[in-house]
Amino acid sequence: MTVPAVGGPGGRPPQPPLVQLLTPEGERVEHPDYSLDVTPDELRAFYRDLVLVRRVDAEATALQRQGELGLWASLLGQEAAQVGSGRALAPQDYVFPTYREHGVAWCRDVDPVTLLGLYRGVNLGGWDPAEHNFHLYTIVIGSQTLHATGYAMGVQRDGAVGTGDPARDTAVIAYFGDGATSQGDVNEAFVFASVNNAPVVFFCQNNQWAISEPNERQTRVPLYQRAAGFGFPGLRVDGNDVLAVHAVTKAALDRARRGEGPTFVEAFTYRMGAHTTSDDPTRYRIEAEVEEWKLKDPIARVKALLARTGQAGEEFFAEVEAEADRLAGHVRGACLAMPDPEPVSMFDHAYRDPHPLVEEERAWFAEYHAGFEPAGLEQAGAVAAGEARR
Amino acid sequence: MSPRTTTIAKAVNEGLRRAMEDDPKVLVMGEDVGRLGGVFRVTDGLQKDFGEDRVIDTPLAESGIIGTAIGLALRGYRPVCEIQFDGFIYPAYDQIVSQLAKMGYRSGGKLSLPVVVRVPYGGGIGAVEHHSESPEAYFAHTAGLRVVTCSNPADAYFMTQQAIRSDDPVMVFEPKRRYWDKGELDPAAEPLPLHAARVARAGTDVTVAAYGPMVRTVIEAATAAEAEGRSLEVVDLRSLSPLDLDTLVASVERTRRLVVVHEAPTFLGLGAEIAARVTERCFYHLEAPVLRVGGFHLPYPASRLEDEYLPDLDRVLDAVDRALAF
Repeated sequence: MTVPAVGGPGGRPPQPPLVQLLTPEGERVEHPDYSLDVTPDELRAFYRDLVLVRRVDAEATALQRQGELGLWASLLGQEAAQVGSGRALAPQDYVFPTYREHGVAWCRDVDPVTLLGLYRGVNLGGWDPAEHNFHLYTIVIGSQTLHATGYAMGVQRDGAVGTGDPARDTAVIAYFGDGATSQGDVNEAFVFASVNNAPVVFFCQNNQWAISEPNERQTRVPLYQRAAGFGFPGLRVDGNDVLAVHAVTKAALDRARRGEGPTFVEAFTYRMGAHTTSDDPTRYRIEAEVEEWKLKDPIARVKALLARTGQAGEEFFAEVEAEADRLAGHVRGACLAMPDPEPVSMFDHAYRDPHPLVEEERAWFAEYHAGFEPAGLEQAGAVAAGEARR
Repeated sequence: MSPRTTTIAKAVNEGLRRAMEDDPKVLVMGEDVGRLGGVFRVTDGLQKDFGEDRVIDTPLAESGIIGTAIGLALRGYRPVCEIQFDGFIYPAYDQIVSQLAKMGYRSGGKLSLPVVVRVPYGGGIGAVEHHSESPEAYFAHTAGLRVVTCSNPADAYFMTQQAIRSDDPVMVFEPKRRYWDKGELDPAAEPLPLHAARVARAGTDVTVAAYGPMVRTVIEAATAAEAEGRSLEVVDLRSLSPLDLDTLVASVERTRRLVVVHEAPTFLGLGAEIAARVTERCFYHLEAPVLRVGGFHLPYPASRLEDEYLPDLDRVLDAVDRALAF
């Protein structure tokens, strides 16, 4: 079916203005609703985060290409959306990510190596969510928005919202993409959050592509406008502007912590790479579009601002590059050293309480597996004996 | 509390009430469970006594109920979700199977998901479509879930509380057409473990295993068979995942014959799994193949036909005859 144009060029809906505090050229601009005072230290810290996160991502992609990871979902292009929002979180806030939130994980002090376990296939998610207030990656699209909403309903029942105590009041943030907005679960999450006035921020990274499907296959209106129908505010921010994302997310989180309910933040960004390492975007999008977004790069504009205003010089940039290389080396080394799990360990943790069927199958498998070992041991023993005789 | 006669619906209500009194983290949530007290009145009076924060009338969205319950559990709560009718559970299927069942495993044991999902199930109430189904096998097939079902008020009372205390997710299937069946409840009695089967009636000639709504049908069949000089042993399975095979196998080793009865279609149902496992363990004891009595391989029919569709006393006795004819 051909969808008629609704006003925008090339059949796209007309695009509303973005909240922006830092232009692609690195010009600092003001916004009437979102002001942000950034010290030179803070600006340099943002730059460092962005560079390190991109470097880890590039290393992981390389590890996949070399067969060390089964898959990788690159965040290339979305660093500002993730770091800007991730750095707006309070320690007690809780994050529900998709499988691409490596930059948010970085902000929650999850060692990037830990993220690789899932993609290498040695576990299904290796970090302790409670230690970082960062839930496991969720792969089924949109499911985690309901978990975030339920968690926020728990926060309300704990009286950890609207007390005015900045160390107690808690917000929850759910990450998801443009494709996820078509899922029933995401829409149900909006309903549950709205009627419960739950302290949750719905943070949508609109990276323009749901694998091969552009926004036009998901929506006829700018995504953030959907929030109005559910009864809470929505806004669109330049997702490649780390300062604007930070200001907007902080305001939304503060609003949630005050007990004023959910907010929909649409971070307008672009997936510069493939959906995952298994994807080939040349089959469905034109290079000119990618080139256009390269001019809006989230890191270049921060570097331009730092350099032009004299808040950082070549020495600083070189230091960050060197730190990024060291971090990538750490990630690579630790990935290669990651042991495969013991076969019998697959029977662990299916249940918390004893389960007779799992125990029966575990015992059978262990015995079956052990049945192969004597031959191997004999061989090894024969070799050892042969060596001893020599 | 003293021993008394009560109904299954009231016993579930009392079990929920007791669990909520014992643990302030226990929540009840679902469609119409609050002000109305549930369409079957199972949660009657709970919102009045425990408040709207603990007895939550949710939006009409089953996936949302289970998904938010998962989030509440991650925050330390113990939600008890009601799915209003068996046939309405499918919108929640993904959250139950992909998230609730697997999240603890995914976390390597770091997360626990103490969520209970209560499902009134089964036919025999003359309802319209989607209100009479028996979807328990879908969930018993899913690792990470525990699946239990009660057949009498005492089990309803204790199993509800045991399920809520479990740190694993538990699906509790409640036989809706038996909600108003009466039975004895002694709250001071020592309950069976949640996953134990029970010999509901001792016998010598054929073991008949059933669960939920079919337990009463099978006991009535045993009474009828007795008049014909046949002694049926009735095993109430109570737990569908895990199965208490030891209790069942001990019975079959005595009677040497087994008939499994459930309302759900027999094809790939619990009876198929039980037949395979009992045959494996009792091959040299069996005098006859394990026979199954259940629903046909059909969508649940219009209610004027359900008496023909559902297993009844005669269909059970027919299978008993066939088992004894070997």
